[in-house]
Amino acid sequence: MKRTVPLIITFLTGTFLVVSFFVPHSPFGELEQRLLIWFAIVAGFTMLLGVDSLIRAHVRKVARAQGGWGHSAALLVGLVATVVVGILGRVQYGSPFHIQSPFMFIYTYTIVPLQATMFALLAFFIASASYRAFRARNWVATLLLVSAVIVMLGRIPIGAAISPFFPWAQEWIMEFPQLAAKRGIQIGAALGAVSMSLRIILGIERSYLS
Amino acid sequence: MVRFFGADRTARVHPLTVVLILGVLTLSGGDAFAQGDPSAEGGPPLPIACAVSAEDAPEDGGGSILVTWELTDPGGREDEILGFDVLRYAPGEEPASIGEVPATDTEYTDSNTEDGTSYQYVVRTRTPFGHTDSEPSPAAVSSAQWFAKSRLGVLVIAALFCGAVLFYIQRAKKGGELFIREIPGLEAVDDAVGRATEMGRPVLFVPGIELVTEVGTLAALTILGHVAKRVARHGTPLHVPCADPIVMATAQEIVKASYAEVGRPDEYDPSRVAYLTYDQFGYTAGVNGMMLRDRPEAVFLIGTFYAESLILAETGHSIGAIQIAGTKETSQLPFFVAACDYTLIGEELFAASSYLSREPVMLGSLKGQDLTKLWIVYVIILAVVVGTVGYMVSADGGSALTKIFEFVKSWFN
Repeated sequence: MKRTVPLIITFLTGTFLVVSFFVPHSPFGELEQRLLIWFAIVAGFTMLLGVDSLIRAHVRKVARAQGGWGHSAALLVGLVATVVVGILGRVQYGSPFHIQSPFMFIYTYTIVPLQATMFALLAFFIASASYRAFRARNWVATLLLVSAVIVMLGRIPIGAAISPFFPWAQEWIMEFPQLAAKRGIQIGAALGAVSMSLRIILGIERSYLS
Repeated sequence: MVRFFGADRTARVHPLTVVLILGVLTLSGGDAFAQGDPSAEGGPPLPIACAVSAEDAPEDGGGSILVTWELTDPGGREDEILGFDVLRYAPGEEPASIGEVPATDTEYTDSNTEDGTSYQYVVRTRTPFGHTDSEPSPAAVSSAQWFAKSRLGVLVIAALFCGAVLFYIQRAKKGGELFIREIPGLEAVDDAVGRATEMGRPVLFVPGIELVTEVGTLAALTILGHVAKRVARHGTPLHVPCADPIVMATAQEIVKASYAEVGRPDEYDPSRVAYLTYDQFGYTAGVNGMMLRDRPEAVFLIGTFYAESLILAETGHSIGAIQIAGTKETSQLPFFVAACDYTLIGEELFAASSYLSREPVMLGSLKGQDLTKLWIVYVIILAVVVGTVGYMVSADGGSALTKIFEFVKSWFN
């Protein structure tokens, strides 16, 4: 029973959604939007589960004074402070998202710079990964290296200044070999996704059920 | 026919003025009533909306009418149009504005119609010198359709695909032999978990940053079940940081069931399958922190990833972990290939669950998938040949071969 009911719900929901893709007439056509609304409501409630998990994990760390408990304490203080500031913003300005509210101050001057910092790290990681990937160990890696150099030179002004070959060659590489390989992967992935969806709808794939 | 809109505008006009204006409009061949002078400042006249047509929006559930229009000869002055207002009226009603359209667009979908009611539309062109109303469109009635004809190709391909998959599943059930090629990334799962056990270090499974509704996340969760069983057998700690609470709840259930299945339910620790944050880079920072603090020996980066893929993979590489990655995002695959030991590329991600379970029925679905892929390859090759020959024979695309080519192409759009 614990497995049968979810399997029946999965089968019916999956089948109706497939039908709704081909039948725009009511009630099928609006089914997807309706289910997305249901999902948004359920997802809203599950956020409580997430916050509960987060608080428990970090409270335990602080209570047991485990290694790095200071970080956990900072997280808990930050979490509570942001909630309090958000409520105060609502009371004082009518919305926590008001431009002058302290909630937006935290967002603009703490969250956004931190996000930007993490994203900026990508530049350094790309450099280190490229250094390893572009080592000419065999003929395939050499091909990759040559292609990469042509594409990089073709996309910057100095490439065109050296020779008009670079912009032309980079465009050719991106338009033909690159796109062909990408589409091949995409077709395979799309078929794989449909195949897996079919297995889930038919109840053949059950490993997502406990 | 000329229509005058706005009672307050016409009420104060002297009848002789109306006659004069109508006379001027008739003599100039005008088919619209203009407020202001659209050709002010000399030069060719400003373009205005004309030939307005309205028809039931195709392939919808009703309640929508698609309004399209053309522009009179732009004469190089189309940039001077400020935008369009769409006015609608039903029999016995005054025209009322229902929406604004940017100057660059020439269509508008009225999604607020009552099925069975006849509507007419007028498009008002706004310029710096005033506005001009088009002639009303023919009457249009919205209705719901029972079948999306443009999706017929998808339906046929889907039916063939499902047929092939179901055929091989049935064949597998009867005990038919099925050959599945080796997938190195999946063969390495046991080695990775074994190595972590030998080193006495944990396993980290990152299921991507997308929601559970994403098929890549579902594929990751199915692989998590297999990894969790192996981990549970060896008694190795397994950490699963999640970016979505529903993914977390599902992952907790999967890992818990895996521990129970191998007879070690007491070793399951729910705090190891934890929620971090929805925020993309907050999550990345959290997972990186876990990698650097816990030093996992095996890292699985499986699911849907975006810009954080390389940050995670490079951090995993820096701690010397064996890394198995998998995603369907083609833009992230090069990063994983560069930084990870094994990468599941596209379809391999979705095949993983079947491959690891080795259940004949699951493998049957893979076989059906491969057969469909083969059909698609044949169709593409055939279409390329037909299209090439067709356009060589008739460059204007008028030959039967080019029509066949365009028909096949439309199925894949």
